[in-house]
Amino acid sequence: MSSKDLILGRVRSALGGHPAAPEIPRSYRRDFPPADLDVLIERLVDYKAVVHRGADVAAIVGDIIGAGTLVVPPGLPPEWLPPEALLVDVDEADGVVTGAAVAIAETGTIVLDGSPDQGRRLLTLLPDLHICVLRPEQVVASVPEAVARLDPTRPLTWISGPSATSDIELNRVEGVHGPRNLHVILLEV
Amino acid sequence: MSTFLGMPVAHAPRGVGHLRGDEPFPAAARTALANPQLRRNLQHATTTIRGKSGRVIAELPDWQELRAAGSALKAYTMANLPRLLEQLEEKVTAAGGVVHWAADAAEANRIVTGLVRATGEQRVIKIKSMATQEIGLNEALEDAGITPVETDLAELIVQLGDDKPSHILVPAIHRNRSEIREIFLRAMPGVDPALTDDPPALAAAARRYLRETFLTTKVAVSGANFGIAETGTLTVVESEGNGRMCLTLPDTLITVMGIEKVVPTWQDLEVFLQLLPRASTGERMNPYTSMWHGVTPGDGPQNFHLVLLDNGRSAVLADEVGRQALHCIRCSACLNVCPVYERTGGHAYGSVYPGPIGAVLSPQLTGVEDNASLPYASSLCGACFDACPVKIDIPSILVHLRNQVPHPAGEKAVMAAAAYTMDRPRLYARAQRAAKFAKLVGKRGRGLPPPLNGWSAARDLPTPPAETFRDWWRGR
Repeated sequence: MSSKDLILGRVRSALGGHPAAPEIPRSYRRDFPPADLDVLIERLVDYKAVVHRGADVAAIVGDIIGAGTLVVPPGLPPEWLPPEALLVDVDEADGVVTGAAVAIAETGTIVLDGSPDQGRRLLTLLPDLHICVLRPEQVVASVPEAVARLDPTRPLTWISGPSATSDIELNRVEGVHGPRNLHVILLEV
Repeated sequence: MSTFLGMPVAHAPRGVGHLRGDEPFPAAARTALANPQLRRNLQHATTTIRGKSGRVIAELPDWQELRAAGSALKAYTMANLPRLLEQLEEKVTAAGGVVHWAADAAEANRIVTGLVRATGEQRVIKIKSMATQEIGLNEALEDAGITPVETDLAELIVQLGDDKPSHILVPAIHRNRSEIREIFLRAMPGVDPALTDDPPALAAAARRYLRETFLTTKVAVSGANFGIAETGTLTVVESEGNGRMCLTLPDTLITVMGIEKVVPTWQDLEVFLQLLPRASTGERMNPYTSMWHGVTPGDGPQNFHLVLLDNGRSAVLADEVGRQALHCIRCSACLNVCPVYERTGGHAYGSVYPGPIGAVLSPQLTGVEDNASLPYASSLCGACFDACPVKIDIPSILVHLRNQVPHPAGEKAVMAAAAYTMDRPRLYARAQRAAKFAKLVGKRGRGLPPPLNGWSAARDLPTPPAETFRDWWRGR
């Protein structure tokens, strides 16, 4: 008998026929008003992200990166990059600029799904600075709305603030293995 | 009680893994209680996390509705486990992954070790995972000449300190910042001798130490928080980014997942991703959550193996009362509110699963004879039930398991005599009057004579009243 048959046989025996499966009470909040950008900003800042608002993304990126080097995903809108940007490979980059798939106001979360303006997961992991550009229509109020918008067959990375740990005396401390600096640019149109 | 119809129940085997302690809970607890530094560290950490968690839970107006949904989702999952596991296997396979089934710890260790050997690599990086700790995977890898490197900060503190984990979420909760600094200075190669005990400086030291290892290791081993049957998507919830490193950089990823971690549909994550971070680290959302679907060309590991682990879980499922212990999403809220855990710490429980959930999970995974003291490692105050984000009724399971533990002959005889007496009103009335004479032989608090003194060591005998209720009633 294969281990699969053994395990499934044990599980079926343990359940003993037809155990009652309950209905799932989905009475938690599922209808939400439009996302409040001020809530998103407050929650991002609470977890030590830096938030910028503006229409000229390239100028804001230029101010953040200064003389540092950048890596960008292949499908990043070219107008988001300052003309003087120093583009290098990922393992030499000081920072990375990406778009995003969805953002959640209530939790201060950005979700990346590997689309061309976000690239493969490595890009937002190795550099110490992540600059993420959000369009207002990408921001939802809640976790259920974000789950509904996302495609579970893509590699997804949910990001809530810079890399942090609660491992020392159970307090949140920023700055372990992921990017220690997270800047979010809210695009104004 | 058990309702199995065909196959015998199979508990987690002895001699492999970390579900059994070296000594019973009362003996281990006595050692822990003698360490005032440990108690200070635990009290500080659990008080901090209770405050944080309480504040972010209070932000959600629908917390109780989310708990009800989480609880029902888990019950639904258990009732449909065979179908959901086969669906998960089908979807993961279709997405380019390879699914393995491990009946117990020994088989899981054999599978993982074999997969690492096949790559020709000598070192693996690991994301903190309860399942791989439970089966003793690190020891199995070391026996095969493979070096496992724990990359979670707390696991690293435990590994460098040659210590044991004491908490589900924060295995080094028993260490404070100055102890962590001392461990790093003593055991971390290349550490700056001027390292301070400032937490950001300690985190930065771990970042420097592990960076090269992340970039040069070709195989990673992880656990999984959720495996979605409907889509084949796997999920790991973490904080530091060590998880993202392990899930992204290597060529090969091996994930060990308990069979109870399957989740029916993608939509169900909307419940668990609200419950877990707020109950666990007391955050609105943990810093990083990674989700992957088999193999994605050009992004992340190109070889993905999923090992589905039983190791006693099907035996837990056979107990209609106890099976809800399998609903646990490993948030550790029950540890953080438990007055017993806060004083003894996690090591006293012996198993990798400490605290209230460990006291109901470990004895059921191993068979109650092998962890007979754990169902008593509780005052039954019920704080764990209130804190549990999926509403596991831990106190009821504790009482249920206490009935299954082998009891000493003396205790059984006394209880049988008491039951006989209480069944017969005249005999009971006489016994009550006789109890008054007990005052002549012993004062309150002194306890019973041997061999019953063990029973009364932790229980006060009530002082018999001057007049019983029956005598008072008759004399009215």
